[in-house]
Amino acid sequence: MSSTANKESTGTSSLSSKPSGKSSACCTCSSPLLSSSIGRKWIVAITGILLILFVSGHLLGNLTIYPGPNWINAYAEHLQSLGPFLWVIRLVLLAIVGLHITCTIQLWMENRAATPQKYAVTNTLQTTIYARSMRLTGLVVIAFIIFHLAQFTWQGFNPVTRTWIDAQGRHDVYRMVIAGFSNPFVSAFYLLAVGLLAMHLSHGISSLFQTLGLTTAKLRPLFERAGRIIALVIFLGYASIPLSVLLGILRYPHVSLCPFVH
Amino acid sequence: MILDAKIPAGPLEQKWTNFKNNAKLINPANKRKFNVIVVGSGLAGASAAATLAELGYQVDCFCFQDSARRAHSIAAQGGINAAKNYQNDGDSVWRLFYDTIKGGDFRAREANVYRLAEVSRNIIDECVSQGVPFAREYGGELTNRSFGGAQVSRTFYARGQTGQQLLLGAYSALSAQIGLGRVQMHEHTEMLDLVLVNGHAKGIVARNLITGEIKSHAADTVLLCTGGYGNVFYLSTNARGCNVTATWRAYKRGAAFANPCYTQIHPTCIPVAGDYQSKLTLMSESLRNDGRVWVPKKKGDNREPQDIPEEERDYYLERKYPSYGNLAPRDISSRSAKEACDSGRGVGPGGLGVYLDFSAAIQRLGRNTIEERYGNLFEMYENITGESAYERPMRIYPAIHYTMGGLWVDYNLMSNIPGLHVLGEANFSDHGANRLGASALMQGLADGYFVIPNTLGEYLSTQFGGPKITTDLPEFKKTEEEVRERVNKLLSVKGTVPVDTFHRELGLILWDKCGMARTEAGLKEAIAEIKALRERFWKEVCVPGVGAELNQSLERAGRVADFLEFGELMCLDALTREESCGGHFRVEHQTPDGEALRHDDTFASVFAWLYKGEGNEPELEREPLSYEAVHLATRSYK
Amino acid sequence: MNFHLRLWRQKSADTPGRFEGIEATNITPDCSFLEMLDIVNNRLITDGKEPIAFESDCREGICGTCSLVINGVPQGPGRGAACQVYMRKFKDGETIFVEPFRAGSFPILKDLVVNRSAYERIMRAGGFISEHTGGAPDASAILIPKPVADKAMDAAACIGCGACAAACPNSSAMLFVGAKVTHLNLLPQGQPEAKKRARAMVRAMDEEGFGNCSNYYACEAVCPASVSASVIAKLNRDYIKGEVSEAVGAID
Repeated sequence: MSSTANKESTGTSSLSSKPSGKSSACCTCSSPLLSSSIGRKWIVAITGILLILFVSGHLLGNLTIYPGPNWINAYAEHLQSLGPFLWVIRLVLLAIVGLHITCTIQLWMENRAATPQKYAVTNTLQTTIYARSMRLTGLVVIAFIIFHLAQFTWQGFNPVTRTWIDAQGRHDVYRMVIAGFSNPFVSAFYLLAVGLLAMHLSHGISSLFQTLGLTTAKLRPLFERAGRIIALVIFLGYASIPLSVLLGILRYPHVSLCPFVH
Repeated sequence: MILDAKIPAGPLEQKWTNFKNNAKLINPANKRKFNVIVVGSGLAGASAAATLAELGYQVDCFCFQDSARRAHSIAAQGGINAAKNYQNDGDSVWRLFYDTIKGGDFRAREANVYRLAEVSRNIIDECVSQGVPFAREYGGELTNRSFGGAQVSRTFYARGQTGQQLLLGAYSALSAQIGLGRVQMHEHTEMLDLVLVNGHAKGIVARNLITGEIKSHAADTVLLCTGGYGNVFYLSTNARGCNVTATWRAYKRGAAFANPCYTQIHPTCIPVAGDYQSKLTLMSESLRNDGRVWVPKKKGDNREPQDIPEEERDYYLERKYPSYGNLAPRDISSRSAKEACDSGRGVGPGGLGVYLDFSAAIQRLGRNTIEERYGNLFEMYENITGESAYERPMRIYPAIHYTMGGLWVDYNLMSNIPGLHVLGEANFSDHGANRLGASALMQGLADGYFVIPNTLGEYLSTQFGGPKITTDLPEFKKTEEEVRERVNKLLSVKGTVPVDTFHRELGLILWDKCGMARTEAGLKEAIAEIKALRERFWKEVCVPGVGAELNQSLERAGRVADFLEFGELMCLDALTREESCGGHFRVEHQTPDGEALRHDDTFASVFAWLYKGEGNEPELEREPLSYEAVHLATRSYK
Repeated sequence: MNFHLRLWRQKSADTPGRFEGIEATNITPDCSFLEMLDIVNNRLITDGKEPIAFESDCREGICGTCSLVINGVPQGPGRGAACQVYMRKFKDGETIFVEPFRAGSFPILKDLVVNRSAYERIMRAGGFISEHTGGAPDASAILIPKPVADKAMDAAACIGCGACAAACPNSSAMLFVGAKVTHLNLLPQGQPEAKKRARAMVRAMDEEGFGNCSNYYACEAVCPASVSASVIAKLNRDYIKGEVSEAVGAID
């Protein structure tokens, strides 16, 4: 079927809207798979899955703070020992985040162009607050990631932490984390960020199943519940660390919570 | 003028085959040179436009709606008949043919009806292959249900939305052809006149409803698929936009209008609630399987239905038709409801309603069963009336539903104007004086998919070598000018009365005097009243705005102006047909127990009316109906 | 009952519109919303004013011509199209906002009338099964399990009104396109063109400038035909299958 025929044959062609055309939105990729609305949503969904995996792995790593400095410092040491490979991982992660954000921004811009005028009476119609705040939560999470990298990876706010060494001569990540979260403002921002991340995930997880075409009317409520539960677990896991620091459960020097683990 | 039905020779069963074997063919290269105008995009129009385009003709299709898919065929609920005999219950082409002829009270053409029954089978094949999701059995086979007027199960259906699904099938075929550039679709464009060149239909003048532009369109032949005229009654089950304009304009250009008085009244509709009402909603006839129809025995009994004791209720259908009871056919149930209300025993606002009571069924079967069977209908009823039919009886009343009359056509679906073909409800051909349930969809699709593609060649093959028809011809300019004048005339009345007011008044006159029961005196009064109303219309109507814009008042004014002329012809036809048959009941012609009384010796014919100019009485032509295969019998449902 | 209507008035496609306050007085609660507008219009005509342009046809919820947004809800409160809304659902003296569908791809033509021809063009790109009239096999030759036929029917119930795109914060047409693709792609007759269909219709949809689906499900909430958003999942799946099979040179 020819697209010219389509347009010519429109009876109301004199009235027809001027299609804004979407194919130009992604000028770098010529494949419709990557420039179409659904193609880019697939990219957002797949990068989303990878980021959820990262967030979960990162959480497991962070939780090693509970058994004590030995565990978390060893974990950090192990990561650092990857050397150039660590940079490969970091670059891949950056690319994933970049794709996730680029596609989202493109889609968002198109959506704005598609809706020139809002209704006088706004009616949210079934949409959840989580779904409506995806862009906001995403933006805050990005801002937080930059802050978080600056604080704990680059250690730019308090460079002295770079020199902290534990008994085995490893970088004392344990002490750095506790020092960082002892600042209630840092902890508050952290809690806010992981809270928004959880909101982002609670829509994102069920949404990605829909985008990848795995949902049915029966499965959708299931995926929605699963999304909320996973988001909650991730939130509790992350939030527990600054809370434990502020409540004095985690402190430096380390006081073991469990006598059998050192 | 002699109306030649051009019925092929041979025995009834062989006529269509004989016709096809000898039909004039147009070779593919020549088909491309022919331009066909299809007006209307319902089942008949969409299927014809798609099929003719597929064959290679250049097609222009017009609809006044914003999409071809919105034509009123979409609202048909029940189903579509086909002589498939998948149920092994003894159905056959012959039986479908006979049921249709008998249902039409022996006032339809045998050959047309037989052909309809024959192609009914192909329609189902066609629709299934288009992806129409007909109801299925668990084993994957198509399922059927039974319908009024038949003793076999031959009705195919897609939930309560069969019309919608069949139209979407035809519309998808049409969309494919538009996408391929073979059909030019003109939405929001209303035909306002037919253009004749040397006495042949060669184009139309249409108004773009968005811009108001009035423009001519030329073609080698014109197909009118513009539906019925039920809206002449103002209140009907038809869509708001349904109108008689296309066929009426064709009539005024010389096309014969056949049997305009044959209108079908559906017994189970939600009654009129007030003068604000814009349409009547049909409640599926299936409700009568479990509901009992009654009115109070006492006149003007204003008690709540539950307070009226059993012995003071008149279950009039069960009383009058003990063997069929509440399942008596449409025309009989409708008339009985009217009688009950006329005797002052009607219920609800204005006393125009009867009860359809489910309390016995709920007691017998339980509320759950009733809810399973009719839940969606009860919900719809409650949404419209605000009453729950579980707690109190439904109120129902008959309403205009379908019109069997239409432009006269021969076996080839061509009217007496050469080149003007008429399909679907717009023609008069297949249903006689009464249509059976689930047969309208069958006829629309038969005409479009299977009849016209075979018969169109009979006319077009005579049209080789003539000068190319273009809209530059003076005939087009003249007609265009007449249309403009008419539009301007409507705009320049500048009265104070809205169009709807006239339409409602016309509807009331017709409903009272040319509705379920008609009398000579009433019809004569109606004709006088319509004339007076028409005069008032042209003096007092208010059509605000201008012509060159989206102007819905203007659209309606044009349609109502035509209804005001058409209504008179309908009454004249009803007055002239001095017998009762099917949907046409003349009070003077009934059996001692109040049933319709036909006069086959004088009236077994089609009444075709020819326009003879403004102010002149139209001329009546009769096409005799000869029955070779069936024996004329009296219907009885006692 | 009396109502304060705030109606969108717009002379034509190119002129800016605005809200106009009109009083609808003495309305019976049994009146439908459109009948209330009829009454208001006839009063406007009698007063020598221009009536409000709005589209409707069958007035029984099936033709899909209605295109009203009542208090921010396309097709108004409750299930069904705007013609199925009755005045008894409103409070006496209530202020009611009536707007046209708002979406970039549905330009306003006049008052409450919009141009939905974008949906037509999407249909022409692939919303059909290519077949020849008269060439169909006997209908009983194709067996379709009842659950499949039922699911196809659920999707086919779409009335093509455009409320989905009108309700969507992104003006996405995915529920409409999803319904069409699901109806035809579920059936055995639709298989030969299944991938091509999804591909062609999504491309046409994108070209019309509709927004992208953010899985808000506002479409599903307003759909007068109760089409489930699971049709969007199927569209997502079939579209990617279509693009991938084209990209790798597989047939269809």
